[in-house]
Amino acid sequence: MSNDPIHQFHLNKLIPLEIGGVDISFTNSSLFMVVTVAATAGFLIWATSGRGLIPTRLQSLAEMSYEFVASMLRDGAGSEGMKFFPFVFSLFMFVLVANLFGMFPYFFTVTSHIIVTFALAMLVIGTVVFYGFYKNGLGFLKLFVPDGVPGLLVPLVVLIEVISFLSRPISLSVRLFANMLAGHITLKVFAGFVASLSAMGAIGIGGAILPLAMTVGLTALEFLVAFLQAYVFAVLTCMYLNDALHPSH
Amino acid sequence: MFVTKAWAAETASGEAPAEATHSETGVAHGAEGGSFPPFDPTSFASQLLWLALTFGLFFLLMRNIVVPRISSILEVRRDRISRDLDEAQRLKEESDAAIAAYEQELTEARNAAHKIGQEARDKAKAEADASRHEVESELNAKIAESEKQVAAIKAKALGEVDTIAADTVQAIVSEILGVNTTKADAAKAVSSSAK
Repeated sequence: MSNDPIHQFHLNKLIPLEIGGVDISFTNSSLFMVVTVAATAGFLIWATSGRGLIPTRLQSLAEMSYEFVASMLRDGAGSEGMKFFPFVFSLFMFVLVANLFGMFPYFFTVTSHIIVTFALAMLVIGTVVFYGFYKNGLGFLKLFVPDGVPGLLVPLVVLIEVISFLSRPISLSVRLFANMLAGHITLKVFAGFVASLSAMGAIGIGGAILPLAMTVGLTALEFLVAFLQAYVFAVLTCMYLNDALHPSH
Repeated sequence: MFVTKAWAAETASGEAPAEATHSETGVAHGAEGGSFPPFDPTSFASQLLWLALTFGLFFLLMRNIVVPRISSILEVRRDRISRDLDEAQRLKEESDAAIAAYEQELTEARNAAHKIGQEARDKAKAEADASRHEVESELNAKIAESEKQVAAIKAKALGEVDTIAADTVQAIVSEILGVNTTKADAAKAVSSSAK
């Protein structure tokens, strides 16, 4: 059971709850959502509480993450996009910290469940659609009709644009979910090889060196993926928000 | 199979009836894909609810506390830096002006000193010239007077030469010849031989 690579994604009900026949138990996933939020918000609030003109190391870290997301959003959606800054910053920090917490052994990876990433993706697309129509009215539909397309091709291009827009929440959520899931399964499988090979005696222990090296390498790679996927999620959010702000390409 | 057993074990603590269902329908359950936790729809409601609660709280904390705080920190720092730069610029201009004023005063002082020196030199030269002229004229006067005296003495001496010669002649004659001659005769002889 301990070698089962899927085991780490199981939800354990820590506090069983049920309302109207719907199971809303407080699970290990919920626990790590709470831990992620508490740790991130706690760190950011505590690190910046000095409001130092000359920042301490931790305040500098908080400022760097702020400026990292701010420059990402400004590049992606222009200075008008800065009104979405708290949203993009929250998304980036939440996904990043949830991914990084997942790297601790025995910790649950919140973003390894499709429903979580899909909810976040739908939140992004919902914001884009809602704000796009709110700001541009029906002009938002120009998003699906690029300028300078010959009349004959317009229906085809519109069809492609609509499909591409509808697939955005799926690609956004599946990319993050699949990366986290696959990475953790791979890690677990290689680490499992180490355990099962070393149970086979001297030759096994010698042979276990290979998967052990692989596990070490994969761990480093997974840290990279954890950061990169949070970054990609935030960058794509910025680009989609840019569509809501400037629909006519 | 082994996946399902694990799942059953996990859920055992939760609900006893569920465990029974899982163990009985283990194979069928696995075939549905329900055994793969991320695709188990029974957990969706709980995850969505807790995600909404936690992420909503996180968003509010970020929007109301962290983002305004960091942006004000950065704003204050930017203001402070630009104010300091302005101040530095102002001080630089002041020091430039002070240097220019100093240079100008130095030039003026140099010119004034030059003028004073020139004046002093001119005055000293004029005084020296004047005193030299005075001394020269005095000396000239003295020279003239001395020359006059010399001439007078010379004339007087020349006048007395005859008398001395006559006396000498008279004395010589009386010594050698033993003849007393008169002064007048001696003088006459001297004047006749001198001609």
